[in-house]
Amino acid sequence: MTPVSAPRSKARTGSRTNRRDTRYTGVPPWVFALAAAGALFVLLPLAAMVVRVNWGEFIPLITSESSLTALGLSLRTSAASTVLCIVLGVPLALVLARASFPGQRLLRAFVLLPLVLPPVVGGIALLYTFGRQGLLGRSIELAGIQIAFSTSAVVLAQTFVALPFLVVSLEGALRTAGTKYEAVAATLGARPTTVLRRVSIPLVLPGLASGAVLSFARCLGEFGATLTFAGSLQGVTRTLPLEIYLQRETDADAAVALSLVLVAVAVAVVGLSYRRPRALPSQAGTE
Amino acid sequence: MSTIRVPVGALLAAGVLAAGLAGCAASSTAAGTTRSGSSTAAGTGTVTVFAAASLKSTFTKIASGFEAANPGTKVTLNFAGSSDLVTQVTQGAPADVIASADTTNMAKLSDAKLIDGTPSKFATNTLEIAVPPGNPASISSFADLAKPGVKVVVCAPQVPCGSATETVEQAAGTTLKPVSEESSVTDVLGKVSSGEADAGLVYVTDVKTAGDKVKGIPFSESDQAVNTYPIATVGSSKSKELAKAFIAMVTGSEGRKVLSDAGFGTP
Repeated sequence: MTPVSAPRSKARTGSRTNRRDTRYTGVPPWVFALAAAGALFVLLPLAAMVVRVNWGEFIPLITSESSLTALGLSLRTSAASTVLCIVLGVPLALVLARASFPGQRLLRAFVLLPLVLPPVVGGIALLYTFGRQGLLGRSIELAGIQIAFSTSAVVLAQTFVALPFLVVSLEGALRTAGTKYEAVAATLGARPTTVLRRVSIPLVLPGLASGAVLSFARCLGEFGATLTFAGSLQGVTRTLPLEIYLQRETDADAAVALSLVLVAVAVAVVGLSYRRPRALPSQAGTE
Repeated sequence: MSTIRVPVGALLAAGVLAAGLAGCAASSTAAGTTRSGSSTAAGTGTVTVFAAASLKSTFTKIASGFEAANPGTKVTLNFAGSSDLVTQVTQGAPADVIASADTTNMAKLSDAKLIDGTPSKFATNTLEIAVPPGNPASISSFADLAKPGVKVVVCAPQVPCGSATETVEQAAGTTLKPVSEESSVTDVLGKVSSGEADAGLVYVTDVKTAGDKVKGIPFSESDQAVNTYPIATVGSSKSKELAKAFIAMVTGSEGRKVLSDAGFGTP
């Protein structure tokens, strides 16, 4: 793969430095003013929350047994859901980006639906699919698998809402990468699976990575579908967002402290995803 | 937060329709108001009522009766969980009347001196077992909920219906092992009506509202945890006369009729 991706990454860095020197950057001042308002709109509520944190109690609040259990469960289920998103999402993105068949646009619309659907609607849909009285629920229960009120229900809910993030990122990356190198590999006698493994996937690895990170972040924040479909029990289905929602009823300090933890994890995760696309092409080149 | 604005025109039409259907249960609100004419003379304007989610259907009925009895007035209703309502009022939301589903949440407002006087208790509610139609796990008593393999869903102890559940458990000497502790009674009801759970503990009024989607099983220990609903005028209200008139209607005979029809008890 070195001969394939090395020239590409060189070309990219070259064009970027070039662009930085000569590009026209005359942004009108009023755009800056509006941009500042936009940034404030996002940052101010976060700051307001930080101000409300009871710092004296912060550590005891976030290290309470129920908080740690919820955080642990959130991280474990989100990791499992992200793996499931990759397993199901990579083939979907490949089919949507490379193949052409009737109903493709419709398929894309439906795959992306969870992006715009209120999560609670997703939860209801999952309930009527995998629930005990659901479409598949009865046969699954006959097979001895209980999904209702189990951690697997949380993973299903998270995968449902996070899958489009991976598919969108990866499909975009695949389209940007184009089919040139794949065609060359094919003319050199590589079979489709070899082309996929040696050319396509390595080329879009940054897109795959950022898609996976975004999916993970979406899983961490999942609330509505989980509440509707999986229920809420400490250590089994009560993830961090559900714990925050419950704590809010009685202990506002605990809810704010846990919210801050979730914000910190989300910032770390999203920060990671926006560094990756720039860092990876050179890595891929040196491999 | 869900604010329900009830258009006056539609309500008038509903009132006329209700009055026309003599003998129908719904007519009692509108007709009763006209007959007594007691709580009126409060003037015109808007009264904003914050009420617990479990009061949705009853307060909507009472509000239309109030508007019919006081031409020129408008009732704006906002329904949410009691703790949400308390938070909203504490943060300065423009409410004239607040009705909570438990005394604990109302006490937070009393302690902060955000309401006028002592709240009036206007309704009570008790727990009932709700099972899906057909009662698949054959539940007939509170003790049955602890049978192995029965999937029971309850409210989390942090919310009023959950603390009532804990009290009942102690009174009955039965410890439940719920498969889920939901943060609202509606979520418990949803898990039962969809057949996900074999049984859930909800309020009597919830079972009544759910109609034939669930079956209610009363149990004797439920009287150990009676939830009392208080109502009060918000201190910062700018239309206190209307607020008092509305509270008078809720606590008066008309309000009581609507509430008891929905399954609420008398405090």
